[in-house]
Amino acid sequence: MEKLLEEFSLGLFFWHSLIFIALIFLLKKFAWKPILDTINEREDGIKEALESAEKAREEMKLLKSDNEETLKKARAQRDALLKEAREMKQGLIDEAKDEANQEAKKIINQAQETIESEKNAAISDLKKQVANLSVEIAEKVLKEKLSDDQSQMKLINDLVKDAEIK
Amino acid sequence: MIPKHFLIIFASFLSFGFSTSSYTANLKEVDTKSYIKEFIDHHLKDSHSFGITSYTDENGKKVYIELPLPVILYDNGFKTFLSSDFKHGKKTVNSGDSYYRMNYDNNRIYKTDKDGKIMFDDSGKILNEKPIDFSITKNVVVIIFTALFMFWLFSNLARSYKKNNGIASGFGRLFEPVVLYVRDDIARPNIGEKNYKKYMSFLLTIFFFVLFLNLFGLTPIGINVTGNIAITFSLALLTFVITNITANKNYWMHIFWMPGVPTLMKIVLAPIEVLGLFIKPLTLMIRLYANMQGGHIVIMSIIGLMFIFSNWIGSSLSFVLAFFLMIIEVFVALLQAYIFTILSALYFGFANEEHEH
Repeated sequence: MEKLLEEFSLGLFFWHSLIFIALIFLLKKFAWKPILDTINEREDGIKEALESAEKAREEMKLLKSDNEETLKKARAQRDALLKEAREMKQGLIDEAKDEANQEAKKIINQAQETIESEKNAAISDLKKQVANLSVEIAEKVLKEKLSDDQSQMKLINDLVKDAEIK
Repeated sequence: MIPKHFLIIFASFLSFGFSTSSYTANLKEVDTKSYIKEFIDHHLKDSHSFGITSYTDENGKKVYIELPLPVILYDNGFKTFLSSDFKHGKKTVNSGDSYYRMNYDNNRIYKTDKDGKIMFDDSGKILNEKPIDFSITKNVVVIIFTALFMFWLFSNLARSYKKNNGIASGFGRLFEPVVLYVRDDIARPNIGEKNYKKYMSFLLTIFFFVLFLNLFGLTPIGINVTGNIAITFSLALLTFVITNITANKNYWMHIFWMPGVPTLMKIVLAPIEVLGLFIKPLTLMIRLYANMQGGHIVIMSIIGLMFIFSNWIGSSLSFVLAFFLMIIEVFVALLQAYIFTILSALYFGFANEEHEH
Protein backbone atom coordinates (compact mmCIF):
# COMPACT_ATOMS: atom_id res chain seq x y z
CA MET A 1 0.00 0.00 0.00
CA GLU A 2 2.80 2.36 0.91
CA LYS A 3 4.56 1.50 -2.30
CA LEU A 4 1.42 2.35 -4.24
CA LEU A 5 1.08 5.67 -2.46
CA GLU A 6 4.74 6.35 -3.07
CA GLU A 7 4.22 5.60 -6.72
CA PHE A 8 1.17 7.83 -7.00
CA SER A 9 1.93 11.03 -8.83
CA LEU A 10 -0.48 13.91 -8.46
CA GLY A 11 0.81 15.56 -11.63
CA LEU A 12 0.17 12.49 -13.74
CA PHE A 13 -3.25 12.08 -12.15
CA PHE A 14 -4.06 15.68 -12.96
CA TRP A 15 -2.91 15.54 -16.57
CA HIS A 16 -4.51 12.20 -17.19
CA SER A 17 -7.89 13.24 -15.76
CA LEU A 18 -7.80 16.48 -17.72
CA ILE A 19 -6.89 14.84 -21.02
CA PHE A 20 -9.21 11.92 -20.53
CA ILE A 21 -12.26 14.00 -19.65
CA ALA A 22 -11.51 16.34 -22.55
CA LEU A 23 -11.17 13.29 -24.77
CA ILE A 24 -14.56 11.96 -23.66
CA PHE A 25 -16.28 15.22 -24.56
CA LEU A 26 -14.39 15.72 -27.80
CA LEU A 27 -15.03 12.18 -28.96
CA LYS A 28 -18.64 12.45 -27.88
CA LYS A 29 -19.14 15.45 -30.11
CA PHE A 30 -16.99 14.47 -33.06
CA ALA A 31 -17.06 10.70 -33.03
CA TRP A 32 -19.39 8.71 -30.81
CA LYS A 33 -22.53 10.71 -31.42
CA PRO A 34 -22.25 10.75 -35.23
CA ILE A 35 -21.06 7.14 -35.30
CA LEU A 36 -23.83 5.81 -33.09
CA ASP A 37 -26.42 7.97 -34.81
CA THR A 38 -25.39 6.64 -38.19
CA ILE A 39 -25.37 3.07 -36.95
CA ASN A 40 -28.80 3.55 -35.39
CA GLU A 41 -30.10 5.10 -38.56
CA ARG A 42 -28.71 2.25 -40.57
CA GLU A 43 -30.23 -0.30 -38.23
CA ASP A 44 -33.56 1.45 -38.38
CA GLY A 45 -33.28 1.46 -42.16
CA ILE A 46 -32.59 -2.26 -42.21
CA LYS A 47 -35.46 -2.90 -39.82
CA GLU A 48 -37.78 -0.81 -41.93
CA ALA A 49 -36.68 -2.55 -45.11
CA LEU A 50 -37.28 -5.93 -43.50
CA GLU A 51 -40.68 -4.86 -42.28
CA SER A 52 -41.71 -3.52 -45.66
CA ALA A 53 -40.47 -6.71 -47.30
CA GLU A 54 -42.58 -8.70 -44.86
CA LYS A 55 -45.53 -6.46 -45.65
CA ALA A 56 -44.99 -6.89 -49.37
CA ARG A 57 -44.85 -10.62 -48.91
CA GLU A 58 -48.09 -10.52 -46.96
CA GLU A 59 -49.67 -8.45 -49.70
CA MET A 60 -48.41 -10.86 -52.30
CA LYS A 61 -49.96 -13.68 -50.35
CA LEU A 62 -53.24 -11.82 -50.19
CA LEU A 63 -53.05 -11.07 -53.88
CA LYS A 64 -52.30 -14.67 -54.63
CA SER A 65 -55.27 -15.91 -52.65
CA ASP A 66 -57.37 -13.27 -54.36
CA ASN A 67 -56.19 -14.53 -57.70
CA GLU A 68 -56.93 -18.05 -56.73
CA GLU A 69 -60.44 -17.12 -55.72
CA THR A 70 -61.03 -15.34 -58.99
CA LEU A 71 -59.69 -18.32 -60.83
CA LYS A 72 -61.92 -20.62 -58.84
CA LYS A 73 -64.92 -18.46 -59.59
CA ALA A 74 -64.06 -18.34 -63.25
CA ARG A 75 -63.69 -22.09 -63.32
CA ALA A 76 -67.04 -22.53 -61.60
CA GLN A 77 -68.60 -20.15 -64.05
CA ARG A 78 -67.10 -22.05 -66.94
CA ASP A 79 -68.39 -25.32 -65.51
CA ALA A 80 -71.85 -23.86 -65.09
CA LEU A 81 -71.81 -22.56 -68.65
CA LEU A 82 -70.69 -25.92 -69.98
CA LYS A 83 -73.34 -27.68 -67.97
CA GLU A 84 -75.99 -25.32 -69.27
CA ALA A 85 -74.82 -25.80 -72.83
CA ARG A 86 -74.85 -29.53 -72.41
CA GLU A 87 -78.34 -29.41 -71.00
CA MET A 88 -79.48 -27.21 -73.82
CA LYS A 89 -77.96 -29.52 -76.36
CA GLN A 90 -79.66 -32.50 -74.79
CA GLY A 91 -82.95 -30.60 -74.74
CA LEU A 92 -82.62 -29.68 -78.38
CA ILE A 93 -81.81 -33.23 -79.35
CA ASP A 94 -84.73 -34.56 -77.35
CA GLU A 95 -87.07 -32.01 -78.84
CA ALA A 96 -85.86 -32.81 -82.33
CA LYS A 97 -86.28 -36.48 -81.66
CA ASP A 98 -89.82 -35.99 -80.41
CA GLU A 99 -90.70 -33.88 -83.36
CA ALA A 100 -89.20 -36.40 -85.76
CA ASN A 101 -91.06 -39.22 -84.08
CA GLN A 102 -94.31 -37.39 -84.30
CA GLU A 103 -93.68 -36.52 -87.91
CA ALA A 104 -92.82 -40.11 -88.69
CA LYS A 105 -95.91 -41.35 -86.92
CA LYS A 106 -97.98 -38.88 -88.85
CA ILE A 107 -96.45 -39.95 -92.13
CA ILE A 108 -96.91 -43.60 -91.28
CA ASN A 109 -100.56 -43.00 -90.35
CA GLN A 110 -101.19 -41.13 -93.56
CA ALA A 111 -99.51 -43.92 -95.49
CA GLN A 112 -101.59 -46.51 -93.71
CA GLU A 113 -104.74 -44.56 -94.42
CA THR A 114 -103.82 -44.21 -98.06
CA ILE A 115 -102.97 -47.90 -98.26
CA GLU A 116 -106.29 -48.72 -96.59
CA SER A 117 -108.31 -46.61 -98.98
CA GLU A 118 -106.37 -47.87 -101.98
CA LYS A 119 -106.94 -51.39 -100.80
CA ASN A 120 -110.61 -50.77 -100.30
CA ALA A 121 -110.88 -49.24 -103.74
CA ALA A 122 -108.98 -52.12 -105.25
CA ILE A 123 -111.16 -54.63 -103.44
CA SER A 124 -114.39 -52.97 -104.55
CA ASP A 125 -113.05 -52.74 -108.08
CA LEU A 126 -112.06 -56.37 -107.94
CA LYS A 127 -115.45 -57.27 -106.58
CA LYS A 128 -117.12 -55.40 -109.38
CA GLN A 129 -115.00 -57.13 -111.99
CA VAL A 130 -115.47 -60.55 -110.32
CA ALA A 131 -119.23 -59.94 -110.28
CA ASN A 132 -119.26 -58.90 -113.93
CA LEU A 133 -117.06 -61.83 -114.78
CA SER A 134 -119.24 -64.29 -112.90
CA VAL A 135 -122.36 -62.88 -114.48
CA GLU A 136 -120.78 -63.31 -117.87
CA ILE A 137 -119.66 -66.82 -116.99
CA ALA A 138 -123.02 -67.63 -115.56
CA GLU A 139 -124.62 -66.26 -118.71
CA LYS A 140 -122.40 -68.41 -120.84
CA VAL A 141 -122.92 -71.49 -118.60
CA LEU A 142 -126.63 -70.95 -118.53
CA LYS A 143 -126.73 -70.48 -122.24
CA GLU A 144 -124.92 -73.76 -122.61
CA LYS A 145 -126.89 -75.77 -120.01
CA LEU A 146 -130.31 -74.51 -120.75
CA SER A 147 -130.14 -75.35 -124.30
CA ASP A 148 -132.58 -78.27 -123.75
CA ASP A 149 -135.69 -78.60 -121.74
CA GLN A 150 -134.56 -81.38 -119.61
CA SER A 151 -131.67 -79.54 -118.17
CA GLN A 152 -133.91 -76.58 -117.77
CA MET A 153 -136.22 -78.69 -115.69
CA LYS A 154 -133.51 -80.12 -113.63
CA LEU A 155 -132.25 -76.81 -112.77
CA ILE A 156 -135.58 -75.66 -111.76
CA ASN A 157 -135.95 -78.66 -109.52
CA ASP A 158 -132.61 -78.16 -107.92
CA LEU A 159 -133.35 -74.60 -107.27
CA VAL A 160 -136.66 -75.48 -105.76
CA LYS A 161 -134.97 -78.08 -103.63
CA ASP A 162 -132.49 -75.66 -102.39
CA ALA A 163 -135.18 -73.22 -101.62
CA GLU A 164 -137.06 -75.80 -99.62
CA ILE A 165 -134.08 -76.77 -97.56
CA LYS A 166 -133.46 -73.24 -96.72
CA MET B 1 -4.45 14.37 -44.96
CA ILE B 2 -4.53 14.35 -41.20
CA PRO B 3 -2.17 11.40 -40.62
CA LYS B 4 0.48 13.18 -42.67
CA HIS B 5 0.26 16.24 -40.48
CA PHE B 6 0.55 14.06 -37.42
CA LEU B 7 3.59 12.34 -38.75
CA ILE B 8 5.29 15.60 -39.63
CA ILE B 9 4.64 17.08 -36.21
CA PHE B 10 5.74 13.91 -34.50
CA ALA B 11 8.86 13.58 -36.61
CA SER B 12 9.91 17.16 -36.02
CA PHE B 13 9.28 16.66 -32.33
CA LEU B 14 11.58 13.65 -32.34
CA SER B 15 14.34 15.17 -34.39
CA PHE B 16 14.36 18.18 -32.13
CA GLY B 17 14.72 15.87 -29.19
CA PHE B 18 17.58 13.90 -30.66
CA SER B 19 19.62 16.92 -31.50
CA THR B 20 19.55 18.37 -28.05
CA SER B 21 19.38 15.57 -25.56
CA SER B 22 22.29 13.24 -26.18
CA TYR B 23 24.81 13.58 -23.46
CA THR B 24 27.03 11.30 -21.53
CA ALA B 25 27.04 10.01 -18.03
CA ASN B 26 29.46 7.80 -16.18
CA LEU B 27 28.59 4.15 -16.21
CA LYS B 28 28.78 2.33 -12.94
CA GLU B 29 30.08 -1.19 -13.06
CA VAL B 30 27.11 -3.42 -12.28
CA ASP B 31 26.45 -7.10 -12.69
CA THR B 32 23.82 -8.23 -15.18
CA LYS B 33 21.25 -9.33 -12.59
CA SER B 34 21.05 -6.07 -10.70
CA TYR B 35 21.27 -4.19 -13.98
CA ILE B 36 18.22 -6.01 -15.26
CA LYS B 37 16.38 -5.45 -11.99
CA GLU B 38 17.13 -1.77 -12.13
CA PHE B 39 16.15 -1.63 -15.77
CA ILE B 40 12.77 -3.25 -15.06
CA ASP B 41 12.15 -1.06 -12.03
CA HIS B 42 12.96 1.96 -14.06
CA HIS B 43 10.80 0.95 -16.97
CA LEU B 44 7.75 0.46 -14.78
CA LYS B 45 7.98 4.00 -13.49
CA ASP B 46 6.98 7.16 -15.16
CA SER B 47 9.89 9.22 -16.41
CA HIS B 48 10.64 12.87 -17.02
CA SER B 49 12.17 12.15 -20.40
CA PHE B 50 11.21 9.89 -23.28
CA GLY B 51 14.08 7.46 -23.51
CA ILE B 52 14.65 5.82 -26.87
CA THR B 53 17.80 3.86 -26.21
CA SER B 54 21.19 4.09 -24.54
CA TYR B 55 24.65 2.70 -25.23
CA THR B 56 28.17 2.84 -23.89
CA ASP B 57 30.66 4.67 -26.05
CA GLU B 58 34.34 3.79 -26.54
CA ASN B 59 35.34 5.92 -23.55
CA GLY B 60 33.16 3.85 -21.24
CA LYS B 61 30.64 6.60 -20.96
CA LYS B 62 26.96 5.97 -21.21
CA VAL B 63 25.11 7.88 -23.92
CA TYR B 64 21.37 8.29 -23.60
CA ILE B 65 19.32 9.00 -26.66
CA GLU B 66 16.13 10.48 -25.41
CA LEU B 67 13.56 13.17 -25.78
CA PRO B 68 13.69 15.76 -23.02
CA LEU B 69 10.30 16.75 -21.70
CA PRO B 70 9.20 19.90 -19.92
CA VAL B 71 9.28 19.86 -16.15
CA ILE B 72 6.58 21.91 -14.49
CA LEU B 73 6.82 22.31 -10.74
CA TYR B 74 4.50 24.08 -8.38
CA ASP B 75 6.50 25.47 -5.51
CA ASN B 76 5.39 29.00 -4.67
CA GLY B 77 4.46 29.61 -8.25
CA PHE B 78 5.06 27.54 -11.37
CA LYS B 79 8.60 26.71 -12.44
CA THR B 80 9.40 25.21 -15.80
CA PHE B 81 12.55 23.89 -17.44
CA LEU B 82 13.55 20.95 -19.60
CA SER B 83 14.20 17.56 -17.99
CA SER B 84 17.56 17.35 -19.77
CA ASP B 85 18.80 19.97 -17.32
CA PHE B 86 18.92 17.28 -14.63
CA LYS B 87 21.50 15.27 -16.63
CA HIS B 88 19.99 12.03 -15.35
CA GLY B 89 20.11 13.04 -11.74
CA LYS B 90 23.68 14.30 -11.96
CA LYS B 91 22.96 17.97 -11.83
CA THR B 92 21.09 20.36 -9.60
CA VAL B 93 18.77 22.75 -11.41
CA ASN B 94 18.38 26.30 -10.26
CA SER B 95 15.02 27.82 -10.99
CA GLY B 96 14.11 31.14 -9.43
CA ASP B 97 15.53 31.12 -5.93
CA SER B 98 15.13 27.36 -5.40
CA TYR B 99 17.26 24.34 -6.30
CA TYR B 100 15.89 21.03 -7.53
CA ARG B 101 17.39 17.69 -8.07
CA MET B 102 15.98 14.52 -9.58
CA ASN B 103 16.46 11.33 -7.64
CA TYR B 104 17.18 8.80 -10.36
CA ASP B 105 16.13 5.81 -8.25
CA ASN B 106 12.48 6.79 -8.11
CA ASN B 107 12.33 9.46 -10.81
CA ARG B 108 11.12 12.06 -8.33
CA ILE B 109 12.13 15.68 -8.11
CA TYR B 110 13.14 17.06 -4.72
CA LYS B 111 13.81 20.52 -3.48
CA THR B 112 17.40 20.77 -2.26
CA ASP B 113 19.98 23.25 -1.11
CA LYS B 114 22.51 24.80 -3.46
CA ASP B 115 24.72 21.69 -3.47
CA GLY B 116 21.83 19.41 -4.39
CA LYS B 117 22.11 17.24 -1.31
CA ILE B 118 19.42 14.65 -0.79
CA MET B 119 18.96 13.61 2.82
CA PHE B 120 17.78 10.21 3.97
CA ASP B 121 16.43 9.14 7.37
CA ASP B 122 17.41 5.87 9.04
CA SER B 123 14.93 3.76 7.06
CA GLY B 124 16.18 5.16 3.76
CA LYS B 125 13.31 7.55 3.26
CA ILE B 126 14.05 10.86 1.61
CA LEU B 127 13.52 13.83 3.90
CA ASN B 128 13.73 16.55 1.27
CA GLU B 129 10.67 18.56 0.45
CA LYS B 130 8.82 17.52 -2.72
CA PRO B 131 7.41 20.24 -4.94
CA ILE B 132 4.12 19.38 -6.62
CA ASP B 133 5.14 17.94 -9.94
CA PHE B 134 2.95 18.82 -12.92
CA SER B 135 5.60 17.83 -15.44
CA ILE B 136 4.71 16.62 -18.88
CA THR B 137 6.19 13.21 -18.22
CA LYS B 138 6.61 10.32 -20.60
CA ASN B 139 3.21 8.95 -19.61
CA VAL B 140 1.56 12.30 -20.20
CA VAL B 141 3.11 12.42 -23.67
CA VAL B 142 1.84 8.91 -24.40
CA ILE B 143 -1.62 9.84 -23.11
CA ILE B 144 -1.69 12.94 -25.31
CA PHE B 145 -0.51 10.89 -28.26
CA THR B 146 -3.13 8.21 -27.60
CA ALA B 147 -5.83 10.85 -27.21
CA LEU B 148 -4.83 12.45 -30.50
CA PHE B 149 -4.68 9.06 -32.18
CA MET B 150 -8.14 8.14 -30.92
CA PHE B 151 -9.53 11.49 -31.91
CA TRP B 152 -8.07 11.16 -35.37
CA LEU B 153 -9.25 7.55 -35.74
CA PHE B 154 -12.82 7.94 -34.58
CA SER B 155 -13.57 11.39 -35.96
CA ASN B 156 -12.35 10.01 -39.28
CA LEU B 157 -14.67 7.07 -38.92
CA ALA B 158 -17.54 9.43 -38.13
CA ARG B 159 -16.71 11.55 -41.15
CA SER B 160 -16.41 8.56 -43.44
CA TYR B 161 -20.05 7.76 -42.73
CA LYS B 162 -21.14 11.12 -44.01
CA LYS B 163 -18.96 10.91 -47.08
CA ASN B 164 -19.94 7.37 -47.86
CA ASN B 165 -23.69 7.38 -47.35
CA GLY B 166 -23.70 5.75 -43.93
CA ILE B 167 -21.14 3.06 -44.64
CA ALA B 168 -17.78 3.14 -42.90
CA SER B 169 -14.62 3.33 -44.92
CA GLY B 170 -10.92 3.58 -44.26
CA PHE B 171 -8.91 2.42 -41.27
CA GLY B 172 -11.64 3.31 -38.79
CA ARG B 173 -13.90 0.70 -40.33
CA LEU B 174 -11.88 -1.89 -38.47
CA PHE B 175 -13.28 -0.53 -35.22
CA GLU B 176 -16.93 -0.27 -36.16
CA PRO B 177 -17.68 -3.83 -35.04
CA VAL B 178 -15.88 -3.11 -31.77
CA VAL B 179 -18.01 -0.01 -31.22
CA LEU B 180 -21.06 -2.17 -31.89
CA TYR B 181 -19.74 -4.83 -29.53
CA VAL B 182 -19.34 -2.28 -26.72
CA ARG B 183 -22.87 -1.07 -27.36
CA ASP B 184 -24.63 -4.41 -27.81
CA ASP B 185 -22.68 -6.70 -25.53
CA ILE B 186 -21.35 -4.41 -22.83
CA ALA B 187 -23.66 -1.41 -22.42
CA ARG B 188 -27.08 -2.75 -23.37
CA PRO B 189 -27.24 -5.95 -21.32
CA ASN B 190 -25.62 -4.42 -18.23
CA ILE B 191 -27.23 -1.00 -18.08
CA GLY B 192 -30.50 -1.70 -19.79
CA GLU B 193 -32.20 -0.49 -22.92
CA LYS B 194 -33.64 2.58 -21.23
CA ASN B 195 -30.53 4.19 -19.82
CA TYR B 196 -27.54 2.87 -21.72
CA LYS B 197 -27.31 5.76 -24.17
CA LYS B 198 -26.03 8.38 -21.75
CA TYR B 199 -23.07 6.18 -20.74
CA MET B 200 -22.00 5.22 -24.24
CA SER B 201 -19.48 8.04 -24.69
CA PHE B 202 -17.73 7.19 -21.46
CA LEU B 203 -17.73 3.43 -22.04
CA LEU B 204 -16.47 3.68 -25.60
CA THR B 205 -13.79 6.18 -24.68
CA ILE B 206 -12.57 4.22 -21.70
CA PHE B 207 -12.61 0.94 -23.60
CA PHE B 208 -10.53 2.16 -26.50
CA PHE B 209 -8.33 4.33 -24.32
CA VAL B 210 -7.39 1.47 -22.02
CA LEU B 211 -7.10 -0.92 -24.96
CA PHE B 212 -4.76 1.31 -26.94
CA LEU B 213 -2.66 2.17 -23.92
CA ASN B 214 -2.40 -1.51 -23.00
CA LEU B 215 -1.35 -2.36 -26.54
CA PHE B 216 1.11 0.52 -26.79
CA GLY B 217 2.57 -0.80 -23.56
CA LEU B 218 3.53 -3.97 -25.41
CA THR B 219 5.57 -2.10 -28.00
CA PRO B 220 9.31 -1.97 -27.41
CA ILE B 221 9.22 1.79 -26.82
CA GLY B 222 8.79 0.96 -23.17
CA ILE B 223 5.51 2.52 -22.21
CA ASN B 224 3.72 1.54 -19.04
CA VAL B 225 0.76 3.87 -18.69
CA THR B 226 -2.06 1.58 -17.62
CA GLY B 227 0.29 -0.05 -15.16
CA ASN B 228 0.54 3.21 -13.29
CA ILE B 229 -1.55 3.65 -10.19
CA ALA B 230 -2.29 7.34 -10.83
CA ILE B 231 -3.82 6.48 -14.20
CA THR B 232 -5.95 3.60 -12.99
CA PHE B 233 -6.98 5.68 -10.00
CA SER B 234 -8.13 8.46 -12.29
CA LEU B 235 -10.07 6.04 -14.49
CA ALA B 236 -11.69 4.27 -11.55
CA LEU B 237 -12.50 7.59 -9.92
CA LEU B 238 -14.38 8.63 -13.04
CA THR B 239 -16.42 5.43 -12.97
CA PHE B 240 -17.11 6.03 -9.27
CA VAL B 241 -18.16 9.64 -9.79
CA ILE B 242 -20.36 8.87 -12.78
CA THR B 243 -22.00 5.95 -10.99
CA ASN B 244 -22.91 8.03 -7.97
CA ILE B 245 -23.96 11.15 -9.85
CA THR B 246 -26.33 9.26 -12.11
CA ALA B 247 -27.61 6.86 -9.44
CA ASN B 248 -31.36 6.85 -8.83
CA LYS B 249 -33.22 6.87 -5.52
CA ASN B 250 -33.51 3.12 -5.58
CA TYR B 251 -29.75 2.66 -5.61
CA TRP B 252 -29.22 4.86 -2.58
CA MET B 253 -32.07 3.16 -0.77
CA HIS B 254 -30.40 -0.19 -1.33
CA ILE B 255 -27.22 1.16 0.17
CA PHE B 256 -28.49 2.96 3.25
CA TRP B 257 -31.77 1.26 4.00
CA MET B 258 -31.98 -2.11 2.27
CA PRO B 259 -35.62 -2.86 1.58
CA GLY B 260 -37.08 -6.25 2.30
CA VAL B 261 -34.89 -7.21 5.27
CA PRO B 262 -35.49 -6.83 9.02
CA THR B 263 -34.55 -3.50 10.59
CA LEU B 264 -31.60 -4.96 12.44
CA MET B 265 -30.20 -6.30 9.20
CA LYS B 266 -30.69 -2.90 7.60
CA ILE B 267 -28.44 -1.37 10.23
CA VAL B 268 -25.83 -4.08 9.75
CA LEU B 269 -25.98 -3.93 5.96
CA ALA B 270 -25.69 -0.17 5.58
CA PRO B 271 -21.97 0.12 6.48
CA ILE B 272 -21.16 -2.93 4.38
CA GLU B 273 -22.92 -1.41 1.41
CA VAL B 274 -21.21 1.93 1.93
CA LEU B 275 -17.87 0.13 2.04
CA GLY B 276 -18.82 -1.68 -1.15
CA LEU B 277 -19.44 1.67 -2.78
CA PHE B 278 -15.73 2.41 -2.49
CA ILE B 279 -14.42 -1.11 -2.88
CA LYS B 280 -15.94 -1.51 -6.33
CA PRO B 281 -13.92 1.26 -8.00
CA LEU B 282 -10.89 0.34 -5.90
CA THR B 283 -10.89 -3.17 -7.30
CA LEU B 284 -11.19 -1.68 -10.78
CA MET B 285 -8.13 0.41 -10.08
CA ILE B 286 -6.05 -2.38 -8.59
CA ARG B 287 -7.07 -4.99 -11.17
CA LEU B 288 -5.95 -2.98 -14.18
CA TYR B 289 -2.83 -1.73 -12.44
CA ALA B 290 -1.73 -5.13 -11.19
CA ASN B 291 -2.43 -6.91 -14.46
CA MET B 292 -0.53 -4.49 -16.59
CA GLN B 293 2.28 -3.98 -14.11
CA GLY B 294 2.56 -7.73 -13.58
CA GLY B 295 2.55 -8.45 -17.28
CA HIS B 296 5.36 -6.00 -17.87
CA ILE B 297 7.42 -7.41 -15.01
CA VAL B 298 7.03 -10.98 -16.22
CA ILE B 299 7.81 -10.21 -19.85
CA MET B 300 10.82 -8.10 -19.02
CA SER B 301 12.12 -10.61 -16.48
CA ILE B 302 11.97 -13.40 -19.02
CA ILE B 303 13.61 -11.27 -21.65
CA GLY B 304 16.21 -10.45 -19.00
CA LEU B 305 16.68 -14.16 -18.37
CA MET B 306 18.04 -14.49 -21.89
CA PHE B 307 20.95 -12.28 -20.89
CA ILE B 308 21.39 -13.95 -17.53
CA PHE B 309 21.54 -17.45 -19.03
CA SER B 310 23.70 -16.24 -21.83
CA ASN B 311 23.87 -19.68 -23.40
CA TRP B 312 22.12 -21.29 -26.36
CA ILE B 313 19.71 -23.54 -24.47
CA GLY B 314 18.59 -21.25 -21.68
CA SER B 315 18.39 -18.17 -23.81
CA SER B 316 16.42 -19.79 -26.60
CA LEU B 317 14.05 -21.34 -24.06
CA SER B 318 13.54 -17.92 -22.50
CA PHE B 319 12.97 -16.51 -25.93
CA VAL B 320 10.24 -19.04 -26.70
CA LEU B 321 8.69 -18.41 -23.31
CA ALA B 322 8.82 -14.65 -23.83
CA PHE B 323 7.27 -15.09 -27.25
CA PHE B 324 4.30 -17.01 -25.90
CA LEU B 325 3.92 -14.71 -22.93
CA MET B 326 3.80 -11.80 -25.32
CA ILE B 327 0.88 -13.41 -27.12
CA ILE B 328 -0.85 -13.91 -23.77
CA GLU B 329 -0.14 -10.28 -22.92
CA VAL B 330 -1.88 -9.14 -26.10
CA PHE B 331 -4.86 -11.13 -24.95
CA VAL B 332 -4.58 -9.68 -21.44
CA ALA B 333 -4.45 -6.18 -22.93
CA LEU B 334 -7.76 -6.84 -24.66
CA LEU B 335 -9.25 -8.63 -21.69
CA GLN B 336 -8.40 -5.92 -19.17
CA ALA B 337 -9.88 -3.21 -21.37
CA TYR B 338 -12.98 -5.35 -21.69
CA ILE B 339 -13.20 -6.08 -17.97
CA PHE B 340 -12.76 -2.45 -16.98
CA THR B 341 -15.50 -1.42 -19.39
CA ILE B 342 -17.94 -4.20 -18.57
CA LEU B 343 -17.54 -3.67 -14.81
CA SER B 344 -18.05 0.08 -15.24
CA ALA B 345 -21.17 -0.73 -17.25
CA LEU B 346 -22.29 -3.13 -14.52
CA TYR B 347 -21.91 -0.46 -11.84
CA PHE B 348 -23.82 2.01 -14.01
CA GLY B 349 -26.44 -0.68 -14.34
CA PHE B 350 -26.70 -0.98 -10.53
CA ALA B 351 -27.11 2.78 -10.31
CA ASN B 352 -30.03 2.67 -12.72
CA GLU B 353 -31.74 -0.48 -11.54
CA GLU B 354 -35.42 -0.20 -10.83
CA HIS B 355 -36.72 -2.83 -8.47
CA GLU B 356 -40.27 -3.80 -8.10
CA HIS B 357 -41.05 -5.01 -4.65
